[in-house]
Amino acid sequence: MSENNSKAEEIVEEKAEEEEQEKKKEEKVIPYLEDVPFFGLQKLIVLKNKGIDPELIDEYIAKDGYQAAAKALLEMTPEEIIAEMKTSGLRGRGGAGFPTGLKWEFANKSEGDIKYVLCNADEGDPGAFMDRSVLEADPHAILEGMIIAAKAVGAHQGYIYCRAEYPLAIKRLNIAISQATEYGLLGNDIFGSGFDFHLEIYQGAGAFVCGEETALMHSIEGKRGMPRPRPPFPAHQGLWKKPTVLNNVETYANVPQIIFNGGKWYAGIGTETSKGTKVFALTGTVKNIGLVEVPMGTSLRTIIFDIGGGVPKKKKFKAVQLGGPSGGCVSEEFIDTPVDYESIAKVGAIMGSGGMIVMDNQTCMVDMARFFMDFVQDESCGKCTPCREGTRHMLQILEKITRGEGEPGDIDTLEELSEVIKDAALCGLGQTGPNPVLSTLQYFRDEYEAHIFEKRCPAKRCPALLEFEVDEEKCIKCGICFKRCPTEAITWEKKQPAKIDKDKCIKCMTCITNCPSDAIF
Amino acid sequence: MDTDIVAEDQAILDDIALRLSDFGRERGNLIPILQMIQQRHAYLSPGSIKMVAEYLEIPTCEVYGVATFYNQFRFHPPGKHHIKVCLGTACHVKGGDIILENFERKLGIKDGETTPDKEFSMERVACVGCCALAPVVVVDEDVNGHVAPSKVEGIVLGFQIEKERQEREKQENESG
Ligand SMILES: Cc1cc2nc3c(=O)[nH]c(=O)nc-3n(C[C@H](O)[C@H](O)[C@H](O)COP(=O)(O)O)c2cc1C
Ligand code: FES
Repeated sequence: MSENNSKAEEIVEEKAEEEEQEKKKEEKVIPYLEDVPFFGLQKLIVLKNKGIDPELIDEYIAKDGYQAAAKALLEMTPEEIIAEMKTSGLRGRGGAGFPTGLKWEFANKSEGDIKYVLCNADEGDPGAFMDRSVLEADPHAILEGMIIAAKAVGAHQGYIYCRAEYPLAIKRLNIAISQATEYGLLGNDIFGSGFDFHLEIYQGAGAFVCGEETALMHSIEGKRGMPRPRPPFPAHQGLWKKPTVLNNVETYANVPQIIFNGGKWYAGIGTETSKGTKVFALTGTVKNIGLVEVPMGTSLRTIIFDIGGGVPKKKKFKAVQLGGPSGGCVSEEFIDTPVDYESIAKVGAIMGSGGMIVMDNQTCMVDMARFFMDFVQDESCGKCTPCREGTRHMLQILEKITRGEGEPGDIDTLEELSEVIKDAALCGLGQTGPNPVLSTLQYFRDEYEAHIFEKRCPAKRCPALLEFEVDEEKCIKCGICFKRCPTEAITWEKKQPAKIDKDKCIKCMTCITNCPSDAIF
Repeated sequence: MDTDIVAEDQAILDDIALRLSDFGRERGNLIPILQMIQQRHAYLSPGSIKMVAEYLEIPTCEVYGVATFYNQFRFHPPGKHHIKVCLGTACHVKGGDIILENFERKLGIKDGETTPDKEFSMERVACVGCCALAPVVVVDEDVNGHVAPSKVEGIVLGFQIEKERQEREKQENESG
């Protein structure tokens, strides 16, 4: 009897265990969204509407769309809107982080009947696509943000300056504008409030410097997109010399929710000096590539390792680059830095517009600095001498170093030139252009020195500093290099180390990047 | 042959003349007009630039000044196949510059040029927005991801084989 009993108990226990395991299995198969680090650690404000049909205004309206515009136009005075924006603590997402409420207040107080509201959708950072996805996935949020801004400053005409490289964004903006006009949300007497606002799209023609505010305005006027000295600031004298407000796409996308939920709500997210969330375009050597939106103050580690899933196997994290050609890199040592405007600046990078590129031990930092300097020099508009000539000299030195012709004293010259350009350049392009060089010098000076004094590229990325020879001791005789070589420069037989014929070799790096045992040097 | 080219040029100019009236004569319309021309005819010919200058009543050099400032505008007809090599940051990290070099070597042209037989033209672009596929090359409208030097050979070879096949067919048709 007792035996039977215990047997039954055993069976019951087994069953319970099975059920437990089954349950665990089920949980494993379909976890809650919040439990997946990629989603759980994000907070969506700007990307809140992802998944709606961006070509249907009704879907946007169903998600409380245009309620904030109605509130602003029917119930609030311009001063109340500005006060709400100031309470929210929202700072511009285009890079510089200027408080949005304050900017609107300047334009509001500026004298004049004709004022303009502009949206900067030029997204020039060559590794960033945050604005693009907002434009393509939620265009009405930008329209609504601009309507509210127009009311706040007293403008009746707006332009969206969108880069021509984003044809889908332009198409969807056009659809959004015509649908909003049809619904009476743009045009004359919006919501019967007596307030008029017209919106047009202006296509950029591919010049990075046109992201700078005064250059952007020159471009809309049909001129070469060159910046001019400020003051006068655009809030006083902008497009066609009229008071103008210019904000970034992501900045506008935040506005409707601030007005809808109140500035206090928004100020409750983020840190003391940086409120709300920030969208980053996470790319490079990281498992989960894509857009992430996190509350300000989230650490770089959380973004890269928890949300991004860390670097793929066999690679080692080296640094993360923020802010593209105007920014800098952060080394592993400072990976716990929280993302807010001040903390990021303290470690030598900038918040920037949201490009975040993860780099591994196969990335040469001197080569990265050369890459960004090449970009800056190419995009320099040529108006001011420090930027036009200075960046050219810096690029020449960096090219020399990566070619293995660096000389002692080059690092000092780079630092000296950087200081002069930062101080003397006319616009933000030059003023921030040396940042990638300075920050790589700060953290990876030894790599510069290895290139210059030892004629060696530690990351094995600069072809001129490589021998293209096989280390027979390290070679595991796998033949991968032989199979991948595009010019048949490599000979290999089973169980024999590979050999490279230097006459045929074009130094394309295929063998080096694919060698599993790091045997080619 | 020459008369063909002249006739083609004239056709382009006629088309532009027709469209110009859609635009007001304000200076602010200069870039939109140039964009319209490039969109319809793939490049800005000297004749079309002169025409725009006359329409807006500004000096021709002023139009050149603006057009050459912006990366978007081309002054030579592009090749039959247009290759865009992404040199955005993510693509650079994954070796985009090496891919560009391979195309340059393979086609014998530099960034911004067209091959003498007008088959290929090439330009470098910054971030086409698919960094997950880095390094990326856009050929005509097709996005090619994870491009390796051997894939460069493959892309060019593919077009050459296609061309040879078409020529063979043409010959067969003519002889048959
Ligand atoms: C060289 C240069 C390029 C810029 N590119 C952009 C850009 O692509 N997108 C953008 O929103 N802001 C860009 N900015 C910043 C703008 O000048 C401006 O500060 C910003 O659009 C203001 O909007 P915000 O206050 O909402 O950030 C750039 C600035 C400089 C100096
Ligand atoms: S950098 Fe090439 S697709 Fe983004």
